[in-house]
Amino acid sequence: MTVGPISDAVDRIDAEAVNSKEKRSLYKARVKIFPKRTAGTFRSLKWHIMAVTLAIYYVTPWLRWDRGPYAPDQAVLVDLANRRFYFFSIEIWPHEFIYIAGLLIMAGIGLFLVTSTVGRAWCGYTCPQTVWVDLFLVVERWIEGDRNARIKLDKAPWSSAKVRKRLAKHIIWLIIALATGGAWIFYFADAPTLAQNFLSFQAPFVAYSTVAILTATTYVFAGFMREQVCTYMCPWPRIQAAMLDEDSLVVTYNDYRGEPRSRHQKKQSQLEAPIGDCVDCNQCVAVCPMGIDIRDGQQLECITCALCIDACDNVMEKVGRPRGLISYATLTDYNHSAAGQTSKTTFSSFIRPRTFIYFGLWSLIGLAIFATLLTRDRLDLSVLHDRNPVFVRLSDGSIRNGYTIKILNMEARPRLFTVRIDGLPGAIIAQAGLSASPTGQLYIDVDPDKQRQIKVYVTQPKGDIRDARTAFSFLVKDRNGPEQVRHETAFHAPDGR
Amino acid sequence: MTSTERDPVSGTETTGHVWDGIKELNTPLPRWWIRTFYVTIIWAVGYCIAYPAVPLINSVTNGVLGYSSRAEVAVELTKAKAAQQKYRDKIAKLSLAEIRKDKDLFQFAVAGGRSAYAVNCVQCHGSGAVGSTGYPNLNDDEWLWGGNLEQIAITIAHGIRFDEDEDTRISEMPAFGSDEILTSPQINDTAEYVLSLSSKSTDGIAARNGKTLYAENCAPCHGETGAGNRELGAPSLRDAIWLYGSDKKTIVETISKSRKGVMPAWGQRLDPLTIKQLAVYVHSLGGGE
Repeated sequence: MTVGPISDAVDRIDAEAVNSKEKRSLYKARVKIFPKRTAGTFRSLKWHIMAVTLAIYYVTPWLRWDRGPYAPDQAVLVDLANRRFYFFSIEIWPHEFIYIAGLLIMAGIGLFLVTSTVGRAWCGYTCPQTVWVDLFLVVERWIEGDRNARIKLDKAPWSSAKVRKRLAKHIIWLIIALATGGAWIFYFADAPTLAQNFLSFQAPFVAYSTVAILTATTYVFAGFMREQVCTYMCPWPRIQAAMLDEDSLVVTYNDYRGEPRSRHQKKQSQLEAPIGDCVDCNQCVAVCPMGIDIRDGQQLECITCALCIDACDNVMEKVGRPRGLISYATLTDYNHSAAGQTSKTTFSSFIRPRTFIYFGLWSLIGLAIFATLLTRDRLDLSVLHDRNPVFVRLSDGSIRNGYTIKILNMEARPRLFTVRIDGLPGAIIAQAGLSASPTGQLYIDVDPDKQRQIKVYVTQPKGDIRDARTAFSFLVKDRNGPEQVRHETAFHAPDGR
Repeated sequence: MTSTERDPVSGTETTGHVWDGIKELNTPLPRWWIRTFYVTIIWAVGYCIAYPAVPLINSVTNGVLGYSSRAEVAVELTKAKAAQQKYRDKIAKLSLAEIRKDKDLFQFAVAGGRSAYAVNCVQCHGSGAVGSTGYPNLNDDEWLWGGNLEQIAITIAHGIRFDEDEDTRISEMPAFGSDEILTSPQINDTAEYVLSLSSKSTDGIAARNGKTLYAENCAPCHGETGAGNRELGAPSLRDAIWLYGSDKKTIVETISKSRKGVMPAWGQRLDPLTIKQLAVYVHSLGGGE
């Protein structure tokens, strides 16, 4: 005789998987979901991740980082007005955007890596939509109570108590939304100054409009749209579905163990009918924020938040059966277990060619970014040869070419540079409006974190001119340091000199 | 035809229209869409009342707010003028040398001079101020009438050989051929001598013969050595820059017929402020002295 679980210990919840496959209809209006509270390993993991991600979001713009007197002292700052991006000791100029592009590619490949190993972990734990919905749900539960109370309140006619509760909930939601939108703008300006200006209504209009827009989207997305954002708006579930394979961890209902599910275990066992571990208590459905039944198998809606695992484990403990009726498992593991070979999730699936390639690419880009960041120039030079006129013949027969030179001092301190030419015999260099330099080089000081444009004349005596076009270089060197850049350009002379 | 038939799947009424057995559902536009549409109509009516909107035969309705984009531009221009006024005042007051020294004023004058140049000067001197045959290059260090700021300003204001200006710069080179001062062989010899000043002569005997002719006819203006004389606008004949060309045929033509380039007196057309800015700009092109 099969010994079934002691199902009497568990109440059956009248929960419905409102988004299950057969209920999906193009004509159907949204059915509200009232996720039940649960506790367990994954729930506490989610609490911790929520705390960390929210802390990062809110605290980051307030971190200070001393860059000396010539640069802002905010650790992370996207200075759009001056076109600079600061990240702790790293400062990025617009022409160094490749680093940002590299980071975005790393984020993409990182997501592939995570998805191919642990499935939709991003969706379930760290996606802002998930985090803020969780936060809004906390408020909702705190004011209106858990699932049943909320359903009851929702159905109840309007009364002063209902108005009071709803008002309180929406006010707190709006405050959270405002704080969300409010924090965003501090990444784009000096946080303390902006906060002061913002509160005294002296901040620029764009600050208020940004906060207003983000407040509205947070309030609507996390308060009202919730799972619809994931199911209908987000492209990622579709892409992730393609990233998953039989070795990716997904939240799995181990039906070989659970079926046949039954509410009437005692009766079944008396009848000596086969009994599965699933007591059909519907806890997994009640806690699901996406409104699905995981026992229907993998579904597009599942964000793998793993709350159903917690809910089911609690039930299994109560009825005296082993945990893990719903568990993280790969399809391969599931097939093995179903065939009775092993019942444990092995993490060997983490190491396979696919993940190896993802990790390799990911770390290669990371290393490349890191290496170039360490060795990149903080001095740059661009040279523009005059087009009109290309050259000027002077009265002594020598030929003069004009160049517009831009020197970029990318360090937050004033620097003095020497400018000289290399590879043009007999030529002399002079700054426009000044006489030629006797030392053969110009001394140009550039303000901290600025670029300076100068007009330079290069004159080559008649006797030294060989060709209509001679390649040569400008050399700019930090007078008090080793940094030096070279820019190749050309000297033009008339044909038939 | 009225129909209250309902579609069994969606529960929506049908319109009663059937094509190939397919029944059309009567799905009205969403209410929010309709309302937005009505709001835009109301908005449009309000807009037509408030702003210029309806074209009439000779004019348009002006709208009660009295807005016009032209008036807006006028305001912007007045604002820009007002913002420039401090520079204009200073440029009017200060000498050219003082303007050249002041970093901000210099920048302002060069920018103003560049735009005035683009309107008034490019026709002859070219957009890059390189000139062309008969029109001097303003980038180089050869100046017929002087290349410091003051001299450039005078040239711009009063022009060259411009009859309508009393103070215009004047010099007359005789047409040695047309006026029958020299014979054709004499002109040939003189040209060879002139070429020899910049070591380009190919006929030594002719050049030697030309030396005396030069001393008698040319040296009073162009100087004993051919260095030229800016007081008289006589160019140097020794250097690498030739306004009309350095080949013998051109030089013979110049001696025979003379050259009388004319530049208008811009002082009659442009205000003193613009002339000053133009002088600073031309001076900044690389040849200023």
